[in-house]
Amino acid sequence: MTLLAESQLHETFELNLGPQHPATHGVLRVKLTMDGEYIVKAEPVLGYIHRMHEKMGENRTWAQFMANVGRMDYLSAMSFNHGYVALVERAMGIEVPERAEYLRVITVELNRIQSHLLWWGAFVLDLGGFSPLLYAFDDREQILDLLETVTGSRLTYSYFRFGGLYNDIDENFVDGARAFIKRLRSRIPMYHDLVTYNIILMTRLKGVGPISAEMCRKYGATGPVLRGSGIQFDIRKNEPYSVYPEFDFDIPVYHEGDCMARYMVRMDEMEQSMRIIEQALDKLPDGPVKAKKVPKLIKPPIGDYYHAVEAARGTFSIRVVSNKTNKPYRMKLRSPTFSNLSLFEEASEGMLLADALALMGSLDLVIPEIDR
Amino acid sequence: MDQAKIKKELAALAAEGMPEPEPVEETPEVEAVPEEQAEAKPKKKEKEKPKPRLNGLVETPYDERGAHVDVQLNPDQVVRAAEILDSEGMTLEAVTGVDWLAEKQMEAVYDYSYTGGELFRVVIRARADRAQPDFPTISNVFGGANWHERETWDLLGINFTGHPQLERLLLPEDADFHPLRKDYKP
Amino acid sequence: MNEVIRLVIYLVAIIAFAALNAAYLVWVERKGAGHIQRRIGPKEVGPYGLLQPLADGAKLMSKQILIPRGVDVPLFMIAPVLAMVPAIMSFVTIPFSETLVARDINIGLLMIFAFASVNIMALLLGGWASRNKYAVISATRAVSQNVSYEIPMLITVITIVMISGSMNLNEIVMQQTNILKWYIWPWTGNFLGPISFLLFFTCSLAETNRAPFDLGEAESELIAGFHTEYAGMGFGMFFMGEYANIVIGCSLITILFLGGWQCPFGLFPGIHWFLIKLYALCWTFVWIRWTYPRTTLWGLLNLSWKYLIPISLVNLILTAGLLKVM
Repeated sequence: MTLLAESQLHETFELNLGPQHPATHGVLRVKLTMDGEYIVKAEPVLGYIHRMHEKMGENRTWAQFMANVGRMDYLSAMSFNHGYVALVERAMGIEVPERAEYLRVITVELNRIQSHLLWWGAFVLDLGGFSPLLYAFDDREQILDLLETVTGSRLTYSYFRFGGLYNDIDENFVDGARAFIKRLRSRIPMYHDLVTYNIILMTRLKGVGPISAEMCRKYGATGPVLRGSGIQFDIRKNEPYSVYPEFDFDIPVYHEGDCMARYMVRMDEMEQSMRIIEQALDKLPDGPVKAKKVPKLIKPPIGDYYHAVEAARGTFSIRVVSNKTNKPYRMKLRSPTFSNLSLFEEASEGMLLADALALMGSLDLVIPEIDR
Repeated sequence: MDQAKIKKELAALAAEGMPEPEPVEETPEVEAVPEEQAEAKPKKKEKEKPKPRLNGLVETPYDERGAHVDVQLNPDQVVRAAEILDSEGMTLEAVTGVDWLAEKQMEAVYDYSYTGGELFRVVIRARADRAQPDFPTISNVFGGANWHERETWDLLGINFTGHPQLERLLLPEDADFHPLRKDYKP
Repeated sequence: MNEVIRLVIYLVAIIAFAALNAAYLVWVERKGAGHIQRRIGPKEVGPYGLLQPLADGAKLMSKQILIPRGVDVPLFMIAPVLAMVPAIMSFVTIPFSETLVARDINIGLLMIFAFASVNIMALLLGGWASRNKYAVISATRAVSQNVSYEIPMLITVITIVMISGSMNLNEIVMQQTNILKWYIWPWTGNFLGPISFLLFFTCSLAETNRAPFDLGEAESELIAGFHTEYAGMGFGMFFMGEYANIVIGCSLITILFLGGWQCPFGLFPGIHWFLIKLYALCWTFVWIRWTYPRTTLWGLLNLSWKYLIPISLVNLILTAGLLKVM
């Protein structure tokens, strides 16, 4: 293919995919150099929704920055919030009550299912199947309603506080969560029947856009992309935080490294998240949801701190440098899809346009999180 | 991945950079210091105090800091460190920088982790003069560093020499400032 | 003189039929999509949203026809017309019932395919003249798709023509007096029978650029394909042409395989049977569109060249043999 492109007989042309394009799900621009329908070079151009959260972090107090974190990735805001509060708790040495940790896990996992559902719908939409999107939204709506009752918002939550939660759950939440799990369990087989095992979908995903484990390592890809390439790595297992060690769940791994593998990883992860939620609901201890001794003024000791969590799209980690003031000295937000997208240029070389878009969809991009 | 081997090689690398009279990195009065530092925390705190931290490997308590090993090197050694970590199968998680305005230094921080199972996080850091923050690029070792370094240059103005495409990544192409610098006034 | 008046009436009726079908197939499509996707679909304008197509039409007509800078204006303007006119022309020879046919000519089948081929020109010109890279890619896709699917389609048609011995559509219909004599069955001479029907159906889907073969207007890849740059009625003409083509395709399937206006049981033949069969097929088109994801261009061409064309050729030869024996 590359030989074909390099020969003088073939003229290439540039195609701007985005910043407004249905397949980029946001304002990402990909500068494509095409040889007919083949991609010679695909260069993502970022920054269309850049908001400089890192600078905002330096100008806001530790507590004020809380709201910013959820606005980076609007689909797994809960995980991002979790990463941030866990970081500050690590820096300040705050102990979190057990009930709060359990509720954090439940809400984060609900949020993860919600994110995967939306991804599933949007991905099949990328492949031209419109209906699954609406089914996904139908299920997702249940989660959003459920989370809205406890957190007060539907998308950009700020439910967590340093040392606990904003408030306890209400009496309907546990039953609601169980009902939702029952509902989704009955529907996922249907989704597999209708969508996953569809012959057209399988031919479009199997063997398309292979990403090797070595490539993932070189580019720092994490999350379902890494697990789809055969590496069993999940921060929840490998670098346990919160109360994740107390739950019994598997990390779905597929070794093919193609779009189908990443698709299946996410579909299986929903089931695993449901298992975690069920166990957490069973074991949910009583007690306070907020630590007693949380200092009013957050001023972590001098030094730098690092914390990583498993967001829906991969490893989200924060590196923060504190100089013992009420504002961070430096805040680095490492978002998962930034690294995942950086391998797109290499992975998409020589692919057909339609296949490259399947690959891009399978990376599960959320643009505000890449641009921060 | 062999944690002991990584530690040994990185410590040796840090010691290698020590005796030289560093032009930009260290204050001249510094002499060779044993690279095995007993207490981690006091060492870390020194960064902020007038006396700068010396090159060397420090084992940090994971529960408090979120990393196992913290290595300070000379800027020209980061590529070698990346190669050591690459040969052991580690992953580059992020490249970032910190602007130390008071000390007139620019620090580049490289976060490495391991995705093969064991939990092991390594931080490599190096400092250069703020007026001329030149670091060699590690994008030849880790392809993923390409974007991270571009972003760091974009926001902090750290110059990664040898980088294939040191252009604006997040900011518009015509931006002529580096917003994360502490003396940046919008 | 009577003949002239008759033709004028038919012309008006055909244009009205095509336009009305286009409008209300859109309604069926949207309502159907709504119910397939667990929502209601259009419901605000009129009862069950039945006046929605009229509102849409009024909106499209009142919009400005934008001509982007740098386009090839004559081609740009002529392309939507080319999309619409051949589709309407094809209705001329379609027998809605034994007597309800505008021009009962004995090469009706040939004429429909002649006009169907002109339709590709519309996509090509529209895409080419738009001066938009997406439109050009879409146009090339649409042309390669149409060309490769016309071959198995025509071979299948030749099979039917061999059996019926006529190219007159009414003649073909008249031979299929009841359900057992429909050309979908192998004992009528069509050797592969239902398989050739499915083959023709698939080709019709591809010819009309419908999902899962809507590569020309693959919205997640090419925005809106060849009509990206068209606004107002320019877009409306493409749209109406597409739906008119669906009706033509379904009419052809009905006539060639399902006995046209003949009743399955030989009772009360007439236009109602034709319309029932026609709209059942149209609904299948809608149903398929909202169920399947899109194929890729290579998958599509492979399907045609590696499967459909060989199958249709085999069917042609076997049918010829069968007819010789029978």
